[in-house]
Amino acid sequence: MTKFKHPQILLASNLKDGEVVFLGPTGWERDFRRARIAKNQEEAQILETIGKADYSANIIVDVYLTDVEIAGDGTPRPLHYREKMRIKGPSVRLDLGKQARGALNEH
Amino acid sequence: MSINHSNTVSRINSPKTTYQYDEFDKDFIRERVAEFREQVRRRLEGSLTEEEFRPFRLMNGLYLQLHAYMLRVAIPYGTLTSQQMRRLAEIADRWDKGYGHFTTRQNLQYNWPKLIDTPDILEALAEVDMHAIQTSGNCIRNVTADHFAGVAADEIEDPRPTAEFLRQWASAHPEFSFLPRKFKIAITGATHDRAATLAHDIGLRLVKNTSGDVGYCVIIGGGLGRSPFIGKIIREYVPRTELLAYLEAIMRVYNRYGRRDNKYKARIKILVHEKGIETIRAAVEKEFATMDHTAFQQDPQEFERVAASFVSPPYEALPSESSKLTKARLETPAFDHFVSVNVSEHKIAGYAIVTVSLKPINGIPGDATSHQMRILADACDRFGFGELRVSHEQNIILPHVKKDDLFALWQTLTAADLATANAGLVSDIISCPGLDYCSLATARSIPIAQAISQRFSDMARQRRIGKLGIKISGCINACGHHHIGAIGVLGLEKKGQESYQITLGGDPGFSASIGEILGPGVSADQVPEVIEHLVDFYLAERHETEAFIDTWRRLGHARFKDVLRREGEDGADI
Amino acid sequence: MALISKGDFVRDPWRRLADEEAFPENGKLIVSYERLDNALKARGANGDIGVFIDNTLEIDKLTPALPKLGLIAIAFPSFADGRGFSLARLVRREGYRGELRASGRLLADQYAHALGCGFDTIEIPDDLAQRQDETQWRAAIRVHQRTYQRGYISSGSILDARRKATQ
Repeated sequence: MTKFKHPQILLASNLKDGEVVFLGPTGWERDFRRARIAKNQEEAQILETIGKADYSANIIVDVYLTDVEIAGDGTPRPLHYREKMRIKGPSVRLDLGKQARGALNEH
Repeated sequence: MSINHSNTVSRINSPKTTYQYDEFDKDFIRERVAEFREQVRRRLEGSLTEEEFRPFRLMNGLYLQLHAYMLRVAIPYGTLTSQQMRRLAEIADRWDKGYGHFTTRQNLQYNWPKLIDTPDILEALAEVDMHAIQTSGNCIRNVTADHFAGVAADEIEDPRPTAEFLRQWASAHPEFSFLPRKFKIAITGATHDRAATLAHDIGLRLVKNTSGDVGYCVIIGGGLGRSPFIGKIIREYVPRTELLAYLEAIMRVYNRYGRRDNKYKARIKILVHEKGIETIRAAVEKEFATMDHTAFQQDPQEFERVAASFVSPPYEALPSESSKLTKARLETPAFDHFVSVNVSEHKIAGYAIVTVSLKPINGIPGDATSHQMRILADACDRFGFGELRVSHEQNIILPHVKKDDLFALWQTLTAADLATANAGLVSDIISCPGLDYCSLATARSIPIAQAISQRFSDMARQRRIGKLGIKISGCINACGHHHIGAIGVLGLEKKGQESYQITLGGDPGFSASIGEILGPGVSADQVPEVIEHLVDFYLAERHETEAFIDTWRRLGHARFKDVLRREGEDGADI
Repeated sequence: MALISKGDFVRDPWRRLADEEAFPENGKLIVSYERLDNALKARGANGDIGVFIDNTLEIDKLTPALPKLGLIAIAFPSFADGRGFSLARLVRREGYRGELRASGRLLADQYAHALGCGFDTIEIPDDLAQRQDETQWRAAIRVHQRTYQRGYISSGSILDARRKATQ
């Protein structure tokens, strides 16, 4: 595992419908703001363990941790532009994807 | 859960101008749908792990992308009936988000299907003799062909019967479904290469030998991606009766010796590059000489059966000039521009080939709404014998339109924002979906295409510039064919930011070449400006009607590099 | 390991001999390619010797031994590695008529491919056999009823059926 530098969240795709999901306090969430934030290496490993188990249980696929920063309201914001895209939807179709369903465009 | 047939039956009694599935073909794709339905069920219950399911999911065209699954539907050799186009629209509305994306390989992609709905979507496709078989995976992919096939004035023979013949041969092949990597075949029958045969794993060109018999020139080892290569001729002439045997020999050599230790070195182009074309040719010829050819003895009959279904529509005997067309061109300048840019010569007098651009200014290259799909279906029923084509330039073609009808067609298209008169011009940009949709992408490509088209939104200026192919890929895999764009743009990640590398001098045709890198990467907002400088330099330097690529070849790459250096010194932030 | 023949999970009459194992007097034995010569010398050509080969073996290295062999098992190091399918074709082309076995993590979904290329039996690890049980393999035999290719083994060639239908 690479060195822990930033807080992290665990994201994946739902097996049945393919939507991007985030591991939350009690299960997989479709809104990144409900994602559980790992603040150290140990917490990140716990998230990964849950992710692996749910991958094996055929609930989610393509599961991985991504670096985030923590916004003023305590919710996570991905650092990389790829994951910034994944939490919203296509930048060329603002009417589609998660961004079309809720006020996710505050930054 | 099939769609009701009644609303999809073609409104007029369209003649059949393309291959008609017989009961065996229909059974075959129904069987594949049932197989995939079962595979999805076994995946969900856990009989198949994701790793095990993936190749079968991909062989049915289903990817997992950035936001959702993506389903890639085959449009074999780019030919589509109005009825099929309507079905694509219905699927977009019912299971997706009301649109589809036409790709650079004569496929259509839906960006939002659910895994659990996919078997139903495939069933809806099967009802109109369509499928998503082998549009992905390490197998022989959808065979592509010249989009003007059968109607072009420069054709030796229609390549589509061969393409259909190959489609059947490649489908669910027992031996060649788990190749080292994907395998793409393109075919052309014309004297202009509109199918990029030098940029495919196998490129086929219909040629005549000295006694006038039609056969194939076989090219192998072309391809774009991480290591681009121009294909090499492996055999100048393969008689028609031996084509399948020869291709099986190539496939067997590739399946056995293609590298499997490194995904990025697994394409046949690397095998050809590392072993040399002579070695590969010797291996293929040896296999070809050793293999049992008796299995292929019935091929000629089968080929004739397939070829017989690609009949010409019942053309009327017309004068080659249309006074109606001449009059409309004089009266309506916008229509006149459309005709001069988007209409091509047809082999039959009084008819024309119409390219419908899916590249409106600021649009998403290749995207069409379900409404537009229906407009196109209706338009081709009314004006074009119910047949459409899809080009690797991500445009739609009405291959047989009476010159007398061009004005009425143009009016119909205009109403649906489908009459952009930019075919082949600087805003007719080929672009992959890039990071807006694709999980492999390293940068976005659609916004770059939009910004370039806006920069050149003055259509008169575009016409002055003339034919100029800009091609954009959002990663090294090069789905946007940037290597063979006269101007290519490649989106990469550099220090956590999107960065764009520009190449010049690519050419997809018979004189194919791979573009050369212009200099260090630039940011997204600099791309249109850089391209504008290059185009202005070309306009200043070109000899009369000289194409961009020819000016570049004549002046050399260094002169174009200088342009940027000079502009940079002038204060532009490049 | 589980052995699949004609869709059924069956008992394996063959035993795979490890390279360090001493050579037994009798019984059907599968040996590595390296031990093949010695095994054939010890036992003669009574069809009780089989060989386990990598999917990269050149066919001419095996050709002389073919008439003496009772079984050839071709390794599938992963289900995605299709070299074994081509090698099977070559083995059959050389006239081998004994049992041809695919050995590795082959999936039920590839059963038709394997049969088409000339395999008779499939040998898979137990964990895979548990997930993909006999029902799935039995179903897989019927999944590809008709195929488009020539010269492969299938329950029905579309091309032949077409010719028959038009005659």
